[in-house]
Amino acid sequence: MEERYLYIWFRHITTDWLTRHRPALKDTALVLSASEGNRKVVTVANTIAQTHGIRTGMVVADARLLVPSLEVFDDKPELAKKLLHRIATWAVRYTPAVAIDLPDGIILNISGCAHLWGGERPYFREIIQKLISIGYDVRGAIADTVGAAWAWARFGNRTPIIESGQQQVALITLSPAALRLDAEALIKLRKVGIRNIGHIVNQPRHSLLPRFGKELLLRLDQALGLEKEIITLVQPVEPYQERLPCLEPILTRTGIEIALTRLLELLCHRLKDEGKGLRSAVFTGHRVDGALQKLSIGTTRASYSIKHLFKLFAEKIPELEPDLGFEIFVLEAPKVEDHSPLQESLWGGASTVDSPTLAELLDRLTNKAGADIVHRYLPAQHHWPDRSIRLAESLEEKPGIAWPQALPRPIHLLHRPEPIEVTAPIPDYPPMNFRYKGKLHIIQKADGPERIEDEWWIQTVRHRDYYVVEDKEGSRYWIFRSGHYIDGQAARWFLHGFF
Amino acid sequence: MSTTKNDIIRRLQHDILELQGFEKPSPADAVDFGLGPINTSFPYQTFPTTAVHEFITESQETAAASAGFIAGLAGHLMQKGGACIWISSNRLLNPSALIQFGIPPEQVVFIDVRNQKQVLWAVEEALSSEGLAAVIGEVKEIDFTASRRLQLAVEKSRTTGFLVRDRPRDLNANACVARWRIRPLASVSVDDFPGVGFTRWSVELLRVKNGHAGSWEMEWIAGRFQPVLPEKAISIHERPRKIV
Repeated sequence: MEERYLYIWFRHITTDWLTRHRPALKDTALVLSASEGNRKVVTVANTIAQTHGIRTGMVVADARLLVPSLEVFDDKPELAKKLLHRIATWAVRYTPAVAIDLPDGIILNISGCAHLWGGERPYFREIIQKLISIGYDVRGAIADTVGAAWAWARFGNRTPIIESGQQQVALITLSPAALRLDAEALIKLRKVGIRNIGHIVNQPRHSLLPRFGKELLLRLDQALGLEKEIITLVQPVEPYQERLPCLEPILTRTGIEIALTRLLELLCHRLKDEGKGLRSAVFTGHRVDGALQKLSIGTTRASYSIKHLFKLFAEKIPELEPDLGFEIFVLEAPKVEDHSPLQESLWGGASTVDSPTLAELLDRLTNKAGADIVHRYLPAQHHWPDRSIRLAESLEEKPGIAWPQALPRPIHLLHRPEPIEVTAPIPDYPPMNFRYKGKLHIIQKADGPERIEDEWWIQTVRHRDYYVVEDKEGSRYWIFRSGHYIDGQAARWFLHGFF
Repeated sequence: MSTTKNDIIRRLQHDILELQGFEKPSPADAVDFGLGPINTSFPYQTFPTTAVHEFITESQETAAASAGFIAGLAGHLMQKGGACIWISSNRLLNPSALIQFGIPPEQVVFIDVRNQKQVLWAVEEALSSEGLAAVIGEVKEIDFTASRRLQLAVEKSRTTGFLVRDRPRDLNANACVARWRIRPLASVSVDDFPGVGFTRWSVELLRVKNGHAGSWEMEWIAGRFQPVLPEKAISIHERPRKIV
């Protein structure tokens, strides 16, 4: 598909911004200044100051002579960059691919976007008018290449849109300055009498190269579309993304739900066709005042079910604050995986491929109560009770080893063993009774000891001798003695579980 | 004369069951838990699987006994495939012990939420979704409305629900189909073999809808329930010896 670019040139971005925030300055000559050596020099002048002859690089004292009422502000470095970045982020509502072009422009890759606004002309008008209404003095142009759009925004004199393939025709009459060259190259070109781009195009390339260097040819080719130009986007473009501009700002839940359904339909059909499913999705509402409101969901298993995903989002819709309304909705799927029906096999026949109920149930639960509530365990090759199981990483992961069955393990295991008082006859014999929470349990039957040691390379505590004991009432406990018997010291006993 | 009267009464009882929406379980649905004499207490002599069962516990020991008994039931339900969901806000259950009760522990998904309110919500969500073998929720208190909601969810999804109610304050009637109390019992040594014997429970069915309450002794031997019959309780020597 052919590419189309919109270039927006901010002629006085910093002073416009100042005026926006201090409307009183609207009709005054305004400059920004920075110290250069021991004098102050004008770095930016607004339109009114320029009409009085104030130029960039002029000493502030001289400028004051021209306009006594001149307002001078300190130029903060990086201000322009910050503003451009902010505007570029805002412009993501019109196309996912936006880049900033320092010091005074932004580039929008509008390929495949303008038709959503009814064509390039309304699209262009929408963006430019919005920026002008905010208070920025901008000029823009649309062309096949970044270079041509850049040139046309600054030097173009007719309609702002260069039709596809027409960039050479449009550019030949423009000055070589429209090629984004440095001052030195421009002086050289002027010296040899090259007054417009047409002159350069007509020159044989082998004579241009040694004289003006690679830069000139590169810029020329980029402007004409012979050389691809790569721009650095402010936000990476998600490959799975759908957007929906609204004719009027959306305020109601019903409206948001309709928008969400439409976007889900588009995205899910695409995912289904490609045999993929999404693992996470972000639904963004671009508000009239420029703020973004986001809802995110995650799924346990790749899904393209419109119904299921809608349910997950629907629960979160109340979190959105429409304020004056949403203009554009965007649905992205940052995490996409192959959708494989084989994934169901572990869970047996009850859940069929078409109803991945378990995964959907878990999504509904985690969506509301947090992702950390779901636990599934697999056996681990450790004997130590706390380490004998590990968390499964996914719903599909199968146990690597068989579950140990040889030795009894209590059905209820205390998180932390609790100390008990024990009467035990001689070492390695099971105790006769123990006292737990003030109650005396007379032991009738016992199994053990089962010595459990930590692996020596991770061992930090003493080994444990476990006994399964049954008291007179028939209740069973898992108790252990910590470490060896040492003469003169009372052995420490703990209760660790219930059978 | 009396037999015809009994026949009429039995037929009328069946009619009542059907009118109450208690369908006769189809043979395909029926799961044999090996509960033996307990089955006679249930309507149609079949353990109701499309139902919510509650288990009342009164101490840490009975809680563990109930967990074991439920695990045994769930293990039978899971033999047909499908996952089991165990929902709790303060879980002591040790996954690696489930294998003794016939449950592959990796087929159990534990939902550990923060409070009782969330447990109840998660149980309802789980019981409403189809294709699960069993849902176990550790719910302390449940009122009539909430239990009715769970029962309705179960009737739609045909999942079996188990509620473990640890030391509840409110023991009023609710819509659960059966109320159980499981207590540990002293095991019986086999052939004077030293050490603890097979797990043994006192199983009480305190309340069952359209059935009769009762109390039995039950053992867990070699991966299945084994009713302890009064005569058998004496002649333990006949039982095959198994060292676990």
